[in-house]
Amino acid sequence: MLLKRIIVCLDVINRRVTKGVKFHDNKDIGDVVELADKYCREGADELVFYDITASAEHRPIDIEMVADAAKRVFIPFCVGGGIRSAADMRNALLAGADKVSLNSLAVQDPSILTASANAFGSQCVVLGLDAKKVGVSQEFPSGYQVFIQGYRTPTKWDVVEWAKHAVELGAGEICLNAIDTDGVRNGYEVEITRKVAEAVHVPVIASGGAGTVDHIIDAFETAHADAALIASMVHTDGYTCDGIKAEIAQRTTLPLRR
Amino acid sequence: MAPVTILDYGAGNLTSVRLACQRFGVDPVMATHASEALSEGAIIFPGDGSAKSAMAAVRARGYDRLLANALNAGRPVLGICIGMQLLFDWSDEDGGQQALGFFPGKVQRFDFPAHPELKIPEMGWNAVTFQKEHPLFQGIPQDTPFYFVHSYYCVPNAATELPRTEPAIGITEYGGIHFCSVAARKNLVATQFHPERSGQWGLKLFQNFLEWDGQEG
Repeated sequence: MLLKRIIVCLDVINRRVTKGVKFHDNKDIGDVVELADKYCREGADELVFYDITASAEHRPIDIEMVADAAKRVFIPFCVGGGIRSAADMRNALLAGADKVSLNSLAVQDPSILTASANAFGSQCVVLGLDAKKVGVSQEFPSGYQVFIQGYRTPTKWDVVEWAKHAVELGAGEICLNAIDTDGVRNGYEVEITRKVAEAVHVPVIASGGAGTVDHIIDAFETAHADAALIASMVHTDGYTCDGIKAEIAQRTTLPLRR
Repeated sequence: MAPVTILDYGAGNLTSVRLACQRFGVDPVMATHASEALSEGAIIFPGDGSAKSAMAAVRARGYDRLLANALNAGRPVLGICIGMQLLFDWSDEDGGQQALGFFPGKVQRFDFPAHPELKIPEMGWNAVTFQKEHPLFQGIPQDTPFYFVHSYYCVPNAATELPRTEPAIGITEYGGIHFCSVAARKNLVATQFHPERSGQWGLKLFQNFLEWDGQEG
């Protein structure tokens, strides 16, 4: 039976892991490679590294960091931030990343999804999708709108419609982030996560808002996510992936890697 | 440990396979053609991608004959993911594709029309149930999860002749299908999952292969 994944997200500035609330007020957590190694040993099923200042600084993702992480991390990992072309994506994969996350670029130039799926396989292409609750309307039938550029810029896309379209174009997995919940630890946006999970045939990662083990159980049992992404819980709140899994196993029959 | 050659045929990302070798002190030769492969030691045959383009590249680079010769010579060979699938007789992918035929059987697609919640590809961690003892499994607990990414799976032919040559030594379940996740025959082994991405136990399996003399043990 395929197991539910717990993915640890590392937001990186200059090789230091940082954690912000709703993309602001960043706090230093530690060295990215040392922390990645620690989270692997403590039961993470997958890692995601976001080079969160690359786009703003108009530079490609820190490839040296990706290469250094790859020497220590022997579980799948995804990288994002500063991927501006298929060439950037190729460099990240050759440095040892398994997957690359595309977000704003995919909205601005959807052909990048098809080009990268054809070149590297859709299993490497993760669509990062930032959703904001706007209420159901004719324009946004799911009630959620896609935002880009760190939630600064609204788009014309309804979240479910964009997710379906992106999968048709070549996205192999969707990481669904919700702004109203990111970093505030009140739980994932279960409603939209479930709508997307039921609308596409690729795995969906619930992201943004995890603060307790209950939230992660909700992501799997109620939102039907294939994976749950966490950050603060392990960065600052004293949880470990192994500890989270032990608690989930006590309370549910969810299949986990232990 | 014996020297290692990794066969590059433009199908997928070989960086993590190379790094896994280097973690155990082996600096592998990254061959881009059979003529660049070492004449001794182990061979790793990895890959992602689709069967038709992969087989065309395998033949164009002379890997079909290289692998046949290596198997006859008793050199340890490890197929990973599409590298495993190409070792069977036939793949249904891309409208049907003759493959290398070192394992009897075929490769077919997952198909769950009644269960849209079952995602294809299968992507993530899933348990491998060992069917017998094998040097590859040395020290690894039964039903350990490994990391899979695949839409197609291997279906070995049931053995008819004696001694049994049925190659499935590891079985994994997805969507009610119990598929062959590890195949072995003499000095040839293959995994549908990615040992180089499967954490502590994946690395242990990788190390077991690097230390293997090619005997069934």
